[in-house]
Amino acid sequence: MSECTPSELMVAVAARELKDHDTVLVGVGIPNLAANLAKKLQAPNLVMVYESGAVGSNPTRMPLSIGDPCLVTGAKSVCSMYEQFAYYLQGGRIDVGFLGGAQIDKYGNINSTVIGSYKTPKVRLPGSGGACDIASNVKKIIVITPHEKRRFVEKVDFLTSPGFVDGKEKWKLLKLQGGGPYAVITNLCTMKFDDVTGEMMVASLHPGVTIEKVWENTPWKVNVAAKLEQTPPPTEREISALRALDPSKTYLG
Amino acid sequence: MRQKRKNLTLCRATPDIIYDQMIAAGCCKKLMFSYAGNPGVGSLRCFRRALEKGVPNKIEIDEYSHFGLSGRLFAGATNMHFLPMRTNIGSDLPPQNPNLKTVKDPYTGDEVSVVPPLKPDVAVVHVQRCDSNGNSHIWGIIGEQKDAAFAARKVIISAEEIVEESVIRSDPNRTLIPDFVVHAVVHEPWACHPSYVQGYYDRDNEFYMQWDEITKEHDSTMKYLDEWVFGVENRQQYMKKIQQEKINKLLPKPCMSAPVSYGSV
Repeated sequence: MSECTPSELMVAVAARELKDHDTVLVGVGIPNLAANLAKKLQAPNLVMVYESGAVGSNPTRMPLSIGDPCLVTGAKSVCSMYEQFAYYLQGGRIDVGFLGGAQIDKYGNINSTVIGSYKTPKVRLPGSGGACDIASNVKKIIVITPHEKRRFVEKVDFLTSPGFVDGKEKWKLLKLQGGGPYAVITNLCTMKFDDVTGEMMVASLHPGVTIEKVWENTPWKVNVAAKLEQTPPPTEREISALRALDPSKTYLG
Repeated sequence: MRQKRKNLTLCRATPDIIYDQMIAAGCCKKLMFSYAGNPGVGSLRCFRRALEKGVPNKIEIDEYSHFGLSGRLFAGATNMHFLPMRTNIGSDLPPQNPNLKTVKDPYTGDEVSVVPPLKPDVAVVHVQRCDSNGNSHIWGIIGEQKDAAFAARKVIISAEEIVEESVIRSDPNRTLIPDFVVHAVVHEPWACHPSYVQGYYDRDNEFYMQWDEITKEHDSTMKYLDEWVFGVENRQQYMKKIQQEKINKLLPKPCMSAPVSYGSV
């Protein structure tokens, strides 16, 4: 395996989850890199959609915000914000949505609103943006996050975007259109979700990582899949294509 | 800000640097929003200071997801009773916001999240070009601009260029806002800096990063406002203070669309 940074590893692993012709709702930064990498490799017909209303973007430089004008130049379509959420997201047109947040819990619920209480916040975060809407409507939610104890919590301070809420049985009763959380990709491992309980479980360990190391960095003893896999290391081809996407290392540092 | 307006209710899905400035300047009483961050950088520090520490004053918040807030404007623009949407269910937001209610779907019996229409007193919309009556061409990321204009009781259009009515009529599909919903037109080139106008100037990303430094403390923010807001009379003076070299870097290469024919027999 070629030497790579934790961010490069996460992006390379996340990119493998995208299939050709998938429609993917992308945020800036790491998810944008993962989508662009997949497009360069196994998914040339990937359609990248941004919550600002840009559809089928083809950015020639690294977009620095979700509303970056480079997402419009050469795009397939651009629509209003309401149309984006109504036609594309609620219309069931989005296969994969990338989400991030300050906290994620064992059911894949995400907090991007507040640390502490809502009325008297210790740290006030930016809020949902489109995250709650994306989580409720895409077929697969993928979260890319560094594996840190402060990010993984047993219960989020504030549930901004629903994962499997309190567990899969209750989640089914909410009748959300989306398929719920699909994968959480960290610098240590890939976690997926138990089909019955909806609880997070370690599905694949990245090169050189032990399950003990994952447990050390997770505040609860996270479950392990019946068949624990080893993540194939990033290839030269993946790493060189990725580095070409972010030559100034804005996000891959 | 220059007119020292206070007690404003500010509403935008993505309050940007301009809202951070207005909060620091003490103009804001209440903020309706769905994402209050500095895009690509991190926090809006003045927004955070107001919420976490009440500096310079406490502000009320009325918070939604993007779908929720853009849906409120759409419902306002189209004069709906309320608007159902597939979101909010399972989130902690509805318990904190009494405007997020649910109704029983009369057809299936399912629980459905709804938002009420929003009709702002005033919408300020910046456009690439309009005629002197306010018929406005907008392209690029159009956000909630059309919905806000149709929802608001009064609409102020500011424009990079004022053009002849014939230019507008040559491409009617691009007219998102017609003159009869517009109350005032302002010719104000570079109105969006440090943000951008598609095809006219790019986003000043460097400034977005500097804003994070400028706003580390309330005092440092006020020092900036004293120089760049209160210390200038208008936008032209503000732009004159910025080095031409910096401005040149923001000018994009043209990328023209293919012409279309609107001809009829």
